[in-house]
Amino acid sequence: MTTWSFFVDHRAEILGATLDHLELVLIAMIIAILISVPLGMFIVQRPALRAIALGVASVFQTIPSLALFGFLIPIPFIGGIGKRTAIVALVLYALLPILRNTYVGLTGIDPVVLEAAEAMGMTRAQILFRVRFPLALAVILAGIRTATIITIGVATIAAAIGAGGLGTFIFRGVALVSDALILAGAIPAALLALLADLLLGLVERRLKVS
Amino acid sequence: MNTKPALSVNKTIEFCEVSFHINDILARSIVFGISLTVSHGETLVLLGRSGSGKTTLLRLMNGMLIPSQGKVLVQERSTRDWDLIRLRRGIGYVIQDAGLFPHFTVAENVALIPTLENWDNSRTAARVDEMLQLVGLDPREFAHRRPRELSGGQRQRVGVARALAADPPILLMDEPFGALDPVTRAELQREFSALARRLGKTIVFVTHDLREALLLASRIVLLEAGRIVASATPQEFLRLDHPEVRAFTSSLSMTPGASA
Repeated sequence: MTTWSFFVDHRAEILGATLDHLELVLIAMIIAILISVPLGMFIVQRPALRAIALGVASVFQTIPSLALFGFLIPIPFIGGIGKRTAIVALVLYALLPILRNTYVGLTGIDPVVLEAAEAMGMTRAQILFRVRFPLALAVILAGIRTATIITIGVATIAAAIGAGGLGTFIFRGVALVSDALILAGAIPAALLALLADLLLGLVERRLKVS
Repeated sequence: MNTKPALSVNKTIEFCEVSFHINDILARSIVFGISLTVSHGETLVLLGRSGSGKTTLLRLMNGMLIPSQGKVLVQERSTRDWDLIRLRRGIGYVIQDAGLFPHFTVAENVALIPTLENWDNSRTAARVDEMLQLVGLDPREFAHRRPRELSGGQRQRVGVARALAADPPILLMDEPFGALDPVTRAELQREFSALARRLGKTIVFVTHDLREALLLASRIVLLEAGRIVASATPQEFLRLDHPEVRAFTSSLSMTPGASA
């Protein structure tokens, strides 16, 4: 059986797995953004917290993904087998790129602009929300773009703990030594990553203020 | 002594034995024993070399820095006692490179303080047009541009318009024309000099350019290494016999064509 005819015969399953995969990624990304962006805004003026937050987020990145899924299984509430555990792991992975870019974006503003803002009597909150944040948006989005691509890849491993998605084909393909099955997981995952990169790249370019 | 209220009202900004230093940061931000009065409606030029403390004095006036010793009074109230946000909104501030917000249009930049002060839209819009015309920019042509679509001189004009938008009684200017090419600089200096006379605001202007100081100042205060070494009208200033004054006046004669 050729790979192509396998794809055609199983197109409904592949599409279903792709949608499952996309769901995992979207939920994880939304949660990661909701945590990282406000946290990044919060640590801008607080050096002590900044070191801790960036340090902790870096540690998550260093744990091999398969191990991280394994570690989470025995943890009550967030652990166990299935989607929820996978989403927690994906969020932990996505934190660092978004948090780091949020911080870098907010602190990388032209000092002359910040001086003018302060001298004209803008409050700290006004400077953060009306000056720093809009000017940092393109950099923050670049972090979200990186995190999304990482998450699409890592989410294939989530199948190992029963979360579904495109990884299901890959693990089955490895077990059965079937290239067609592996490719049925790998190709849609690669296409998703390329598509996400392209779309977010377009948005990023529109947000860039030089 | 100036004990009569009529006289003290005249003091818009007053430095009383002010010193400023930070133990570990930037030797250049140090000033010592500064006593200085800026009267209502005058254009005081702070002249000095880089690192002489000019910008530090300016930043002490709007509470961006608080004195280590002594006090700075603005409208007879110490900067320690002012609500700094209120203080700064009553003081226009223009800096080198303008510091315009790149994500705002020209109109939004000029409207910044009126917006923060919740002026209604029609009043703000009218004020923006008025300010742009004041600095020689046609609102129809420039209001909707972004700062990156302007030349250096145009950006600085917008910077002046933004500083004047809420009609502050005091204007602080930190080498506003320093980064411009000589032709544009001369053009803006001439126009600003006329504008300053018309507005009747209290202006403190920082520069290292004696020519600019002579053109704009009603009084020149010369700083050297964090201390005031001279204070005089432009006419008197040129005749002063102080080594640092001579260093500046001799820089004037070093122009091509003036035979040595």
